[in-house]
Amino acid sequence: MTEDQVKQIVIDIIDEIAPDEDTTGLKPEVNLRDQMDLDSMDFLDIVMELRKQHGIEVPEEDYPKLASLDSCAEYLTPKFNAK
Amino acid sequence: MQHSRIVITGVGLTSPNGNTLEEYRKNLLDGVARIQMADLRYIGTVPAGVCDFDPKKYQTRKELRVGTRAGSVAIYCAREAIDDSRLDFENYDKSRIGVYVGTTEHGNVETEHEVYNISKFDYDTKFWTHHHNPRTVANNPAGEITINMGITGPHYTIGAACAAGNAGLIQALQMLRLGEVDFALAGGVSESTQSFGIFAGFKSQGALGTHPTDVNKTSRPFDKSRNGIVVSEGGCIYTLERLEDAQARGAKILGEIVGYRINSDASDYVLPNPERQAECMRQALAVAGMEPGEVDIVNTHATSTPMGDIQEMKAIAEVFSDCPSTYINNTKGYIGHCMGAAGALELAGNLPSFQDNIIHPTINVEELDPECDLPNLVINEPRKVDAVKVILNNSFGMLGINSALIIKKFED
Repeated sequence: MTEDQVKQIVIDIIDEIAPDEDTTGLKPEVNLRDQMDLDSMDFLDIVMELRKQHGIEVPEEDYPKLASLDSCAEYLTPKFNAK
Repeated sequence: MQHSRIVITGVGLTSPNGNTLEEYRKNLLDGVARIQMADLRYIGTVPAGVCDFDPKKYQTRKELRVGTRAGSVAIYCAREAIDDSRLDFENYDKSRIGVYVGTTEHGNVETEHEVYNISKFDYDTKFWTHHHNPRTVANNPAGEITINMGITGPHYTIGAACAAGNAGLIQALQMLRLGEVDFALAGGVSESTQSFGIFAGFKSQGALGTHPTDVNKTSRPFDKSRNGIVVSEGGCIYTLERLEDAQARGAKILGEIVGYRINSDASDYVLPNPERQAECMRQALAVAGMEPGEVDIVNTHATSTPMGDIQEMKAIAEVFSDCPSTYINNTKGYIGHCMGAAGALELAGNLPSFQDNIIHPTINVEELDPECDLPNLVINEPRKVDAVKVILNNSFGMLGINSALIIKKFED
């Protein structure tokens, strides 16, 4: 799985949990919370959907690594490829 | 003790047969019931009263995903009530508004959904949502109103089984009289149609209604063939104010709460107690300083159960035995039993009688049960009378909680 594919997975999850947000123009290097109205509960939803839909576990100490699409891809791609 | 007079200045509602007071009232006068077969997890299809208001009118899609159905119902009703009251809400001090919402129960729906969710993951609780606790705390529907509307005054729900709608109004009245708040949103809500457990519980109790041919006749209080409750969702929130405040801002006044009472049977978990119900009505009349004969409409709580309807009629017969101008009606034939919203919604259905002097009937009575036959029971056809000035609104619930609210047409 490529980093672009992982970014798309994260965007698809955000589309589900924040349906009022427009994710089409997201800048991959910028923090998600600086571009959208996401709160801490939303990030817990992202973690839950990664677990439910993809069997990916994100321990609490790694939550900061989900800050931007780029950091998500960097952190999650090895996890997806290790499955 | 001299109390402030408390008046109703706005109403917002959603019922299975209407999303505004005008639509709801029209359907009550036209005899339009709206019950449907709902497909529920585990129990299958059952008669239910479901509302079709547009939740996106006042909530974002994210709010709808995170919140509860009861919260959505509450928000819709509260916003509609504020709109109806014509309060200058934008500029009003939000810290002086109290929110008091009655519920029969809360949390069953969300818990059932979540147990079902983790059943798909071999009951591994790491898949249990972090939204569970904020969704199921008992203050949820009232709290969702405050978040949605930016109200910073007190909020809580009143857990009072199916007497909850009246109880919400009574709580608001008391807080206004104490000066704790200057404006109140109060009433009741129900999301119970999404809980299979509520239906299954009534079914096991032998109290879930059925009809062989017409789902809209399932709820048929006082009919000889009645066989149980139709569980419904719904909501009704009123704006309440002290009279002087309402008059100062030139508000229209829909009615004045002049009497109320909540008491307890102290006798059984589910079986009603006509002696205590009669006592509740008499005590509400005493608070109002009225005689039974001054009441024009008694809205019955009767839920279409074989025993409950008879018990309530016994209580009413005891209090109103010599009252030739007191009429009796019921709303559940149209909309089923809206649980925590029932008392507030049923009152709303009768309030327009102050203007049109028409009493909507109880419907679906094909053969009146002789044990429910009181002289002034309005059956199947509306009744036009000379004047409607006083409504007594009954609402009773499990564990033997009784409530009676007396509303008077406003006269300065």
